[in-house]
Amino acid sequence: MMRALRIIGVTIFILSLWHLLVVLTGLPAFILPSPARVGMALVGNLELIAHHASVTMAEVMIGLLLGAVLGVITAISLAQSPVARVVVRPMMVLSQALPVFALAPVLTLWLGYGLWPKIIMALLIIYFPVTSAFFDGLMQTPRGMLDQARVMQARPWQIMRHIRIPAAIPALASGLRLAAVYAPIGAIIGEWVGASQGLGYLMLLANGRAKIDLMFAALIVLAVLTLLLHASVDRLCSYVVRRQQA
Amino acid sequence: MSNSPTLHFHGSATIAGTSIFDPLDLDIAAAKWTCLLGASGVGKTTILRLLAGLGDHIDHVGSIKISDGQPLAGRISLMAQTDNLMPWLDVFDNIVIGNRLRGDAVDGDRAEKLIAQVGLAAHRHKKPNALSGGQRQRVALARTLMEGRPIVLLDEPFSALDAKIRAEMQELAAGLFAGKTVCLITHDPGEAARLGDIIFVMNSTGLHSVTPPSSPVIRPYDAPDVLACQGQLLRLLRETP
Repeated sequence: MMRALRIIGVTIFILSLWHLLVVLTGLPAFILPSPARVGMALVGNLELIAHHASVTMAEVMIGLLLGAVLGVITAISLAQSPVARVVVRPMMVLSQALPVFALAPVLTLWLGYGLWPKIIMALLIIYFPVTSAFFDGLMQTPRGMLDQARVMQARPWQIMRHIRIPAAIPALASGLRLAAVYAPIGAIIGEWVGASQGLGYLMLLANGRAKIDLMFAALIVLAVLTLLLHASVDRLCSYVVRRQQA
Repeated sequence: MSNSPTLHFHGSATIAGTSIFDPLDLDIAAAKWTCLLGASGVGKTTILRLLAGLGDHIDHVGSIKISDGQPLAGRISLMAQTDNLMPWLDVFDNIVIGNRLRGDAVDGDRAEKLIAQVGLAAHRHKKPNALSGGQRQRVALARTLMEGRPIVLLDEPFSALDAKIRAEMQELAAGLFAGKTVCLITHDPGEAARLGDIIFVMNSTGLHSVTPPSSPVIRPYDAPDVLACQGQLLRLLRETP
């Protein structure tokens, strides 16, 4: 309850500040529209924005899911196999030296204007944080547990399954929390480079037609959806980690 | 449990170029409690790790021999100072973790019996975070018994418990490990005097055998000969380098 009140309070404060800025500076609406205008654009184009938002969110969710699965598989393989560590790890680090944004045009060239290049962008942008967080967790299993397992003559894969993976769940959770914030960035970049749908596309379109109020409306919807996604993933992760150990 | 063997440890140990102890001989007698008492840093745990097969980083010059000539691997269980319970598993699953880790079938009835023996029947479905320190060590004790190994290595397993719980755990362990070859590492003279069939004090000059009280283990903590032995052990610890 207090939390909800605080969020409402902060929102009202920011909107007032914004309104004040517009009134005091007298900026024209095509540079910075007032919150009221943006609100009207939002209500007036609700169906349009909802459609584009649903496309973007679909890209984000699928990218998040695939990136998480791929990251988990990679982290486990790296942790399990020293050979994989020697071969794959430098490649992964090298791939991070390449800005993911630079790949967007290539992906569009290869995969066209549909959902896939955006999904791949979201996937690529979260793949490294998820892999790296989970891998670190897998490599930091308390030594006493591993000693115990060795004396019990455990098999490597059983140690992975029964000890290392469960012990690394909190680390995976922090990777996923980051991923929830990064994934929309990937999808939007993908849409900017080439799309016919999605909030990123809508923002470019509105900007091009000098409908700055619509552009801000789309931007705000994107921010709110990203926050909601982050909050949901955060809640889910906290719940799973809490359930796991109590 | 007549198949409990005697262990003979011989040799010196070095870790990363630093000598931990000079050559020494340690016999861990079959079906008895051998207590190794010493201050921190004299290499007690190093010996235990070598016996447990966890000595990858230790340069051991010497040998570990077993009276029946069979290999040591798979016949040892280890109970450490930290209980090493898996926080995501409940009491039952923690006790059968050894079976799960080897991919063996789990003998659920046996596990249930052990849970009852260590007095945790009412806590069977609790996870470690919901248990007290003493209860957690009881789970570790049941897990050790579940392994059914003839040799048990105890690395200060009761040192983190308060005095009352520690005394209870010593009694419980003495009863449940009867017939097994036990090597107990401790820095508590009282614990050695209560539990040791054979007692060694370890210091920088090597191992020194101390005659234990004549009564059988587990001994009452307030018997005059136990207290005398405790005093003698503490004197040895303090007055030797």
